[in-house]
Amino acid sequence: MTAAPDPTEVRLTLAGTPLVARRGQTIAGALLTSGLLCWRTTARDRRPRGLFCGIGVCFDCLVIVNGVRDIRACQRPVVEGDVIEFQDETLPRSVTEQ
Amino acid sequence: MCDMVQLRMFTPSSDAIVVGAGIVGAACAYALSRAGLSVTVIEARAAASGTSSQGEGNILVSDKEPGPELTLGLYSLSRWEQITGELQEFLPTGFPSIEYDRKGGLVVATTEAGAPPLLDFARTQRPAGVTAVEVDHDEALRLEPQLNPAVTAAVRYPQDAQVQPVIATEAFLAAARRLGARTLFGEEVVGPIIADDGRIAGVRTHRGSRPAGLVIIACGPWSARVADQLGSWLPVRPRRGVLLVTTRMPHLIIHKVYDADYVGAVGSDDQGLQTSSVIESTAAGTVLIGSSRRQSGFDQALDLAAAREIARKAITIFPFLATASVMRTYGGFRPFMPDHLPAIGPDPRVPGLWHATGHEGAGIGLSIGTADLITSLIAGTPPPVDPAPFAPSRLGEPASVGDP
Repeated sequence: MTAAPDPTEVRLTLAGTPLVARRGQTIAGALLTSGLLCWRTTARDRRPRGLFCGIGVCFDCLVIVNGVRDIRACQRPVVEGDVIEFQDETLPRSVTEQ
Repeated sequence: MCDMVQLRMFTPSSDAIVVGAGIVGAACAYALSRAGLSVTVIEARAAASGTSSQGEGNILVSDKEPGPELTLGLYSLSRWEQITGELQEFLPTGFPSIEYDRKGGLVVATTEAGAPPLLDFARTQRPAGVTAVEVDHDEALRLEPQLNPAVTAAVRYPQDAQVQPVIATEAFLAAARRLGARTLFGEEVVGPIIADDGRIAGVRTHRGSRPAGLVIIACGPWSARVADQLGSWLPVRPRRGVLLVTTRMPHLIIHKVYDADYVGAVGSDDQGLQTSSVIESTAAGTVLIGSSRRQSGFDQALDLAAAREIARKAITIFPFLATASVMRTYGGFRPFMPDHLPAIGPDPRVPGLWHATGHEGAGIGLSIGTADLITSLIAGTPPPVDPAPFAPSRLGEPASVGDP
């Protein structure tokens, strides 16, 4: 007999792997709790980035949530079934190269 | 007084003082140093800390009607084509690129009424040396695949270019220093040094005296105040602009894209809010969305009405921007002149005082032409363009223009 789902838990998928978060957490909170400190890489110098300002200003903590890019992990509460992917891109090709 | 004497010992007289280290002052310092003058740049804050760092870095001919500003613009463009190679000689290895990019502009009309004025304007520009290529609907959408298909007319301006204005300013200053110029930052000009014959013989700053043979004011919209401090007058006023910056995204916008209203907004005298779309991708992948114009002094407050209106207009040009995230806004103050021409040349009141300002939104592009013009006037060499239309003496007396 399986136990009833814990109402304080929210089930997510992070880069293809199941992750259990706590209801009311932001995505950034869930990622930090799981032990992740960096989840993005800067485009030009490929430096690690994660939570910096934590208040929605710096746009360092961007992730893709359910296919929508540029979501600030610090501002978005977790929702049951969220599929989170890392947003990791190099610089776009410059206009003159195209 | 003892302090003053000691300070003078360490303050040899320069041939020229440039007040202001924005891109115009920096370009002047470079051009004057190259002409063999000893130059001191005095800047109240930091290099490119005002208008130069608060715009898009535009080098445009598309928005200019035939006349003196276009002539200076075309000359400046020819100089920008050479400047990277020219500065290389004076810059240390590893100095970052000024990111000069002749990416080209595309001006579009999205209404039936907007089409004829755009095409007429392009027709007047061609005899003056502007390459303005009328493109049909399909070609416009081939050039900019994300463009609103409702486009009714489009003109391509392959000469429009851009530069990273902060790096360009620093490059001009670094090259000038290599040629012997001194740059003093965080030093505020408080008054003139006037010689017995009435000529300006330098400036007094909050640190002491800085003697020089002549003084050039290149303080953009702050030039009116500095001119006043140095015993003269210039009717330059701040005209606020706001830009929106999206988060990074794959390049979906290839050119600088403007709506056809832009030219009207640039040329207007209206003090109220005016907006028109100027949209482009940056190398980093963000999209810059402008532009607004409003005269409200040096008010720095976020102009939400302007931000909302330029966002709405941008979506008309590029519908995909409706779902883009705006990451931040920034803005600055253009040096607005009542007759829409910069003031480049000698001050009519104070002998030895010069002006290089009042370019409104075109100062990045016109900086190098302005520097060459003022250098030729000072050195007595043939000027690259006719200096008469830019002469500060055209501006008359305070009462005749309306004192800012």
